[in-house]
Amino acid sequence: MTAIYKKELRSYFTTPLGYVFCAVYLAISGFLFSVLTVHQGTTDISGYFSIMIFGYIVLLPLLTMKSFSEERRARTEQVLMTSPTSVTSIVFAKFLASYTIFAGTLLVSCLYFIPLSKYGTVNGPRTFGCLIAMFLIGLAFTAIGIFVSSLTESTVTAAVGTMAILLVSVSASLFNSLIDSYFVRQILSWISFYGRYQNFTYGFFDYSAALYYVSVTAVFLFLTVRVHERRRWA
Amino acid sequence: MIEIQSLIKTYGGKPALEGVSFTVGEGEIVGFLGPNGAGKSTTLNILTGYLSATSGTVKVGGIDVFEFPDEAKKLIGFLPEQPPLYPEMKVREYLNFIYELKKCTLNRKKHLEEIMQVTKILDVKDRLISNLSKGYRQRVGIAQALVGNPPIIILDEPTVGLDPKQIIEIRNLIRNLGKNHTVILSSHILSEVQSVCGRVIIINEGRIIADEVTDNITRVAEDGRDYSVKLCGPQREVLSALRAINGIVFAEATGDRDGDAVTYRVRSESGVDIRKPLFYLASKNDWPLVGLEAIGMDLEDVFVRIMDADERKNHR
Repeated sequence: MTAIYKKELRSYFTTPLGYVFCAVYLAISGFLFSVLTVHQGTTDISGYFSIMIFGYIVLLPLLTMKSFSEERRARTEQVLMTSPTSVTSIVFAKFLASYTIFAGTLLVSCLYFIPLSKYGTVNGPRTFGCLIAMFLIGLAFTAIGIFVSSLTESTVTAAVGTMAILLVSVSASLFNSLIDSYFVRQILSWISFYGRYQNFTYGFFDYSAALYYVSVTAVFLFLTVRVHERRRWA
Repeated sequence: MIEIQSLIKTYGGKPALEGVSFTVGEGEIVGFLGPNGAGKSTTLNILTGYLSATSGTVKVGGIDVFEFPDEAKKLIGFLPEQPPLYPEMKVREYLNFIYELKKCTLNRKKHLEEIMQVTKILDVKDRLISNLSKGYRQRVGIAQALVGNPPIIILDEPTVGLDPKQIIEIRNLIRNLGKNHTVILSSHILSEVQSVCGRVIIINEGRIIADEVTDNITRVAEDGRDYSVKLCGPQREVLSALRAINGIVFAEATGDRDGDAVTYRVRSESGVDIRKPLFYLASKNDWPLVGLEAIGMDLEDVFVRIMDADERKNHR
């Protein structure tokens, strides 16, 4: 497993992909951070994180689109699958590698808080709660991206497919006001990553939301393993 | 070393393998021969644990591939049809990755150095795989299969797309591997299998149609040879004279001309050498013989012959 993890991490930085992700992430987050906190004259960062969730719809697929689709296209998947390594550890290694890049970049973007704290008091616990939520949301998004990438040989299809799923899962509850059926509204807000995130912005640590994010991760990783098992039997 | 029993594989209801069975002993070099789409790659992919079978058993070194895949995979080095290379890696980096992936315990530096020596890729070890020629890539692919020194090496069409010089090099390499490994090599080229393998398994449409020592296959295949003969002279007379020669079962003009010579296709009876009678016929009638060439057999012909031979055997 460590072999694949190390190989994946290295491949992010021997190809432009890793640099592109970090650069775009830091550019977008830096811009939003300055506009939503410094220029607003506030130290409340929950709004900044809320908007960043939408940024992730575009950013995370960049990270995961190549994961399995590229291996299938280049037929390198065969060397992984015929090595004495289980499918579960292959999936897990790839997932962890993508997540490491994401988490690393998110950590770097936390440097923004240092200058902010010079101009006012940052609400520590609330910021920390939001940050944890972002890490968990990243976990789920990465898992979804890895899953979609295992379905196709085309990186572009993987990226667009992931964006579509992320868009729906993030913004499901935003259209609630347009829908009459109570039942449908309930389902949409249950799904919505954004809706579940709101409690964190009020300073609560919402355990049910955290559990939801972790569960989504587990389900999609499990599905990815199943996709590979199924393909062997097809 | 390898035991495959009544292997069946269906892709979406369509059968790809219909009960393939064979065994391979230790130290054998076995050629797996068949036209494209015959089920060669499918069989090899199942053997290496990449695909699973619909039914049947596969044992490698006594270990069931479906029940204990990780243990079985440790015994096999596999070069798939398309070498599984990461273009963004350097050769050495790639082999290091494979070394870790296969969880090897041999002395890493020494072992990889040896493999690179055997496959003659030492001089490109610090180059990016994306910059290598097809021949070098193929060798890196073989090197990858050798990492961990597995007792069984499986090579799926290792010489496809190489130039003649590279083909000879790879064949020599495979012959050397056969000295201390069990090797299965798939191919759709008869002469390749003849030159490298001690035994040939021929597969067609998901079935094994022959499993013989290479010499036997060659004999079946060459039982009655076709020649291309170029003779100057009146076509009708030449044809009837050719047909009159003892040992010629079939003669016809192909319609090709070489100057004033006409090309004839002639088939000899099995075990009869018709080259001398042909020469004497030509000299007696004063028809200059400008060409005489045995026509190499392609796989299709071999199949037809082998299946014919099978039928004849069954009729008796």
